[in-house]
Amino acid sequence: MLKEHILKHILFTAMACIPLMAQADDVAQTIINQGNKQGAVACMACHGIDGGGNAAGGFPRLAGLNQTYITHQLQSFRSGKRNNPVMQPIAKALSDTEIEQLAAHYAAMPLPAIAPAGGDPALLRKGEAIATEGDWDHGIPACFQCHAANGAGIAPDFPAITGQSAAYITSQISAWKSGARANDPIGLMKSVAGKLSADQVKAVSTYLANQPLTIGNQK
Amino acid sequence: MKNTIATALALTMLTVSGMSVAAGTPQSKATVFTPPSEATIPDDEYGRTIRMGKNIFDDTQHYAKQYVGNSLNCVNCHLASGRKPDSAPLWGAYVRYPAYRTKNNKVNTLGQRIQGCFKFSMNGKAPAIDSPEMIALVTYAHWLSSGAPVGATLKGAGYPKLAKAAAAPDFIRGKTVYAENCQICHGVDGEGKIIDGKTVFPPLWGSTSFNWGAGMHRIDNAAAFIKANMPLSKGNTLTDQQAWDVATFVMSHERPQDPRFTGDVAQTKKEYHDEDCKYGDTVNGKVLGGSN
Ligand code: HEC
Ligand code: HEC
Ligand code: HEC
Ligand code: HEC
Repeated sequence: MLKEHILKHILFTAMACIPLMAQADDVAQTIINQGNKQGAVACMACHGIDGGGNAAGGFPRLAGLNQTYITHQLQSFRSGKRNNPVMQPIAKALSDTEIEQLAAHYAAMPLPAIAPAGGDPALLRKGEAIATEGDWDHGIPACFQCHAANGAGIAPDFPAITGQSAAYITSQISAWKSGARANDPIGLMKSVAGKLSADQVKAVSTYLANQPLTIGNQK
Repeated sequence: MKNTIATALALTMLTVSGMSVAAGTPQSKATVFTPPSEATIPDDEYGRTIRMGKNIFDDTQHYAKQYVGNSLNCVNCHLASGRKPDSAPLWGAYVRYPAYRTKNNKVNTLGQRIQGCFKFSMNGKAPAIDSPEMIALVTYAHWLSSGAPVGATLKGAGYPKLAKAAAAPDFIRGKTVYAENCQICHGVDGEGKIIDGKTVFPPLWGSTSFNWGAGMHRIDNAAAFIKANMPLSKGNTLTDQQAWDVATFVMSHERPQDPRFTGDVAQTKKEYHDEDCKYGDTVNGKVLGGSN
């Protein structure tokens, strides 16, 4: 009797949940494909159908990034702590709920197939040294100390930095240097960016864009 | 005038051998030293031993497993493979041993000093002085100090002592500093972060950290290390007061027992902990060192 009751309850909850979850995901998918008709245009146009971004446009990959991280970025665009003329109006046109749903959706997407970008071997070696050992003479820790081996990220605060184009990585380091991006916890990434020379930025972003994508601890 | 010339001369002479004299600070007599670059490790047996020493230092968990009893690696407290000034770098250490230590009331060789870090900081057991691991570590330290004068106090050796705190260091204030500046990496319970068996952010207290006999459990040592090196990439950004407060907070948590434990906390405290530390004190209703 009791058992039956519990079973019914579980069944009911499960049935009630599936459509709800599906609905949330539908909302996210609709915004990604068509926008939200409130001023947020289709994400897909820039971030790709598979969420893999677009190297030529400098649009980052979103698929497989950590959910908390994505939410934090959209809120930062909204508050202006991350200053970008393209993304700010889009983020401002999204509701809190839509942000949550989009973040959950992108985080759950499979890793897109992004081919390593290649690069000059000497430049790649220089970049590898910065990523794996840092440049302590200038107070720069290895990138992978905070972003994990292979740059796969350490959830929730340290994003994956592979699967991003050299152009995008370079643009973000510049944004920290100029103050256009000021949303990082304890100013950690700002302090690292501030110490990197232009040559180092070139080397390390080339190296990172040539690394294969792994999930690691990013989820 | 005469003095200036003498200094200039000394400077030139020292620079010739790869060093110069630092000016201005209280450490002004200390010699500035730059360790050799990794590219210059020779390709012979000496070079292979140096590399082995570096591997042990960076990944002690893997290369000296049998001597380690926690989740740490030497590099966690001696940054940049033992190169970074102000994190007790190996090149600074090599030239100051043998030295007298109050810890055991004896003159210690560098090997014996390293044995201490295995026993206490790594909560493990000491490799023998003639073990391959110890030979490799001492060889690595020797090579890093190539060209440094024996017996010199090099600028950046040890952890730079902090002036006494203006206000008595405080657990509660330290807790706030910790939440705002440290927790993101070292965790709510100081547990750090381990991914795929590799320590990414080292634990600061608890059963997987260093034990109650380690140098870092002393609040003065920890405050000095933290001020100069933490948060990672932002060394020397905390105020002295914040460093003292957060060191007090971190070192007021339970950790593995002091290997010199006599069976009684009060007695162990009396015999071995006449220093700036919380061992044997009661914090939040518990006697530190009393629960293991
Ligand atoms: C017109 C092109 C465009 C469209 C459409 C667009 N984005 Fe973006 N997006 C960008 C650019 C450019 C950046 C990089 C901004 C910067 O440099 O700070 C970005 C960055 C982001 C980031 C930060 C990623 C990271 O790794 O930090 C997120 C999250 C994001 N967009 C989500 C969205 C969502 C969700 C939508 C749809 C509602 C969307 N974007 C639509 C161009 C676009
Ligand atoms: C001390 C820790 C730390 C180190 C070392 C570090 N980072 Fe970061 N990095 C961060 C944090 C934290 C963020 C996330 C900022 C945020 O939440 O907006 C970040 C974000 C980034 C981003 C933005 C990713 C995106 O999708 O927009 C890039 C690119 C990046 N880091 C590159 C690097 C490179 C290259 C290095 C090495 C030269 C490096 N980082 C070293 C802490 C660090
Ligand atoms: C938990 C942190 C920690 C770890 C891990 C650690 N040490 Fe230490 N080490 C210290 C402290 C604290 C001192 C004392 C520094 C001082 O008094 O200035 C020290 C001192 C030393 C010294 C003497 C430095 C000097 O200038 O006199 C050497 C050499 C040394 N450690 C080697 C090692 C080796 C090798 C390992 C790994 C087997 C290791 N340490 C692991 C904290 C640590
Ligand atoms: C961005 C991440 C990060 C932040 C923030 C950070 N640390 Fe660390 N901490 C590390 C890493 C990584 C190491 C090991 C260094 C290495 O191996 O190069 C370390 C080492 C240490 C150690 C020595 C190792 C041990 O286990 O005891 C202490 C003590 C320490 N940190 C205290 C602090 C304190 C206190 C704060 C806040 C004021 C702080 N850290 C902030 C990443 C961080």
